Amino acid sequence: MRKKKMNDEDYPTTGHEWDGIREYDKPMPRWWLWTFYLTIVFSVGYVIAYPAIPLLKGATPGLLEYSSRGEVRENIELVNGQNAAIEAKLLATPLAEISADPELSRFATAGGGAVFRTYCAQCHGAGAQGFKGYPNLQDDDWLWGGNIESIALTVRHGIRHDADEDTRYSEMPKFGEILESEEIANLAQYVSLISGQEYDKAAAAQGKISFGDNCSSCHGDAGLGDVEQGAPNLADALWLYGGDVETVTESITNSRFGVMPAWQGRITEAQIKQVTFYVHQLGGGE
Amino acid sequence: MDILKILTFAFITLFAVMAANFGLDWAYSIHAFIIALCAFYMFIRSVRQVGEPIAVTSTGYQDDVVRAGVIATSFWGLAGFLVGVYIAFQLAFPALNLDLPFTTFGRLRPLHTSAVIFAFGGNALIATSFYIVQRTSGARLWGGNLCWFVFWGYQLFIVLAATGYLLGATQSKEYAEPEWYVDIWLTLVWVAYLAVFLGTLIKRKEPHIYVANWFFLAFIVTVAMLHIVNNLSMPVSIFGSKSVQLFSGVQDALTQWWYGHNAVGFFLTAGFLGMMYYFVPKQANKPVFSYKLSIIHFWSLIFLYIWAGPHHLHYTALPDWAQTLGMVFSIMLWMPSWGGMINGLMTLNGAWDKLRTDPVLKMMVISLAFYGMSTFEGPVMSIKVVNSLSHYTDWTIGHVHSGALGWNGMITFAALYYLTPRLWNRDSLYSLSMVNWHFWLATIGIIFYAASMWVTGIMEGLMWREVDAQGFLVNSFADTVAAKFPMYVVRGTGGLMYLAGAIIMCVNLWLTATGAGERKHTSNTASAVPAE
Repeated sequence: MRKKKMNDEDYPTTGHEWDGIREYDKPMPRWWLWTFYLTIVFSVGYVIAYPAIPLLKGATPGLLEYSSRGEVRENIELVNGQNAAIEAKLLATPLAEISADPELSRFATAGGGAVFRTYCAQCHGAGAQGFKGYPNLQDDDWLWGGNIESIALTVRHGIRHDADEDTRYSEMPKFGEILESEEIANLAQYVSLISGQEYDKAAAAQGKISFGDNCSSCHGDAGLGDVEQGAPNLADALWLYGGDVETVTESITNSRFGVMPAWQGRITEAQIKQVTFYVHQLGGGE
Repeated sequence: MDILKILTFAFITLFAVMAANFGLDWAYSIHAFIIALCAFYMFIRSVRQVGEPIAVTSTGYQDDVVRAGVIATSFWGLAGFLVGVYIAFQLAFPALNLDLPFTTFGRLRPLHTSAVIFAFGGNALIATSFYIVQRTSGARLWGGNLCWFVFWGYQLFIVLAATGYLLGATQSKEYAEPEWYVDIWLTLVWVAYLAVFLGTLIKRKEPHIYVANWFFLAFIVTVAMLHIVNNLSMPVSIFGSKSVQLFSGVQDALTQWWYGHNAVGFFLTAGFLGMMYYFVPKQANKPVFSYKLSIIHFWSLIFLYIWAGPHHLHYTALPDWAQTLGMVFSIMLWMPSWGGMINGLMTLNGAWDKLRTDPVLKMMVISLAFYGMSTFEGPVMSIKVVNSLSHYTDWTIGHVHSGALGWNGMITFAALYYLTPRLWNRDSLYSLSMVNWHFWLATIGIIFYAASMWVTGIMEGLMWREVDAQGFLVNSFADTVAAKFPMYVVRGTGGLMYLAGAIIMCVNLWLTATGAGERKHTSNTASAVPAE
């Protein structure tokens, strides 16, 4: 039997009063109570279906035998299985021949892009545009060589990465410890000259002599650099740290020592090939 | 007795000066120096008071400490909102980090969260609980000057916490960043708070304890427990701020989120429900909707809340079973949370017309609406499938702010508007139209904030998980950050509006307290009277 709906004011209060506040003795709203029950029923069902109650040796597995680690494993296996054939093909194909196969190129580019965005973008930028001290990989100016094999070597063994015996290594002396500051200033003027910037004639002439004595063994007589030693080309408009006199002076005085980690062992062989191919096809690959 | 007091303060001053001298890091030395100054001030004060006749204890309500609390709440509110707006714009424009360690986002962010939760929210809770427990018990605060120790001790805690963050002293636990000695100090203050509150309840003249006081008591007791367990740590040296946590790895993570979630549950929900249960029926002048509902939702809320913490650790090293329990307890929490909203909103049955004329009541209603929204959003976000998208995104930030700005902020503003004329013996607020301005600026500000964070949160969640047909990642993290920029500006703008509203409030409260309203009203024959 349903009670007749009562008006608000018809309900009694509990009879207590605090600082003028009273309380109605009204029932709880039915929808509120039933929704509360419903969430409890749902929760009981969920606890039965999923791992929930901790016991002495592990928790109850639940009827669905779900595990979040298992779910991740399944997802990874699904993708790996789907890509297994083409990945095997990638491993069997020499780097230089990947581009001849459109399907393989697509796979390597997509996979390499993902590797790049995960591991390389932090330094080289999401678009491989580089930052001060971190080379731009889209242009055709390469410190250690831009053909696909050179790129692969850099990726595998890194640059100045102590833990890898085959790492690319070279070290420019700190000329601040060798030359007078006036000589360094002259050198900076000469670098401005060969890179086509404004320069001081007399100082640059002095600098040219000093350049021949101190710098040309690595950077070459004309300052064009040497990819065998990772010595940058000083005669173009592309700079890793900056080409203005102040930055060049700083580079000569204290040298630079950029480091890139070796990725062999940290990512799979297929990923190394993918990211190498990806970087090579960005536009500057030789 | 006087001698003992003087000696104690002298000893503390001496020890603190020595500690400042031997301090191993800047934060510790500066903190020791601050403590030395405080103790020295108390020493001088005690010496000057020797021999003075003991003031007769007044018999009325102890409202001086509540007045101080109203001022502190307003002050810390402005400070906390200002830092919040600044760091919101730091996220949009990183140059605002200024390349100084003190002003980086990493140090200002805990400054903001602690300032709004503990300084603004905490002072609001202490002040309103002292006001409410006296009136609903018909008794003066227990413990004489102990309530002043609670008030000033809490301010000292805030100052130590805030300066510690800026100087880099942190134990890196969210919402529990202060280092060990600050934790110990807060424990002392909190026990005194519990004693004052409980003492007043025990000597009450009313036969029953009012609902608001159940919630306040649950808040004080649980926060004490949470604070102590989550801060169990061993100092590296008694002369340094660094300490080592007792728990490590996933145990530490679970303890932290048991704490963090219940800081939300008991500090920001239970405590503020206590405020709601007094100010809403008072302002509406109606009986509370349902006594039964208040009993059931109180007990179900405090029983269920304490288990829901693991939902902060979905898809982590936390075992699956703990994740399951965190999720189901969060879902069951939905209705118990809504019980408070229903009891507040339904109290207005038969008084809804007052919303047209009473902006303070309007503020209470919007705060309950935001409370209902965020306590629905919370259980939804705790569902694992939803969480796999929402976790670590700005959606969480939006969720927290719709609760904090909407529910906690608005109910506190309403309480301040209610308290100020009564505490300073004024007939009414200086200006109701300023309250209206505050209401709309804050409401629209919150909507800007929450909406922009939903957009960026869901967007970045989708971008993070986006893969191509072969399962390769499509976006780099930096791409997702760049994509959020416009929404970050919208969020900052929302915060700015909220801050502007709070400034208007402070001006209004100031003019009310100093009596400018009285003079205005006597010069005008017509005055704004809220509808009865």
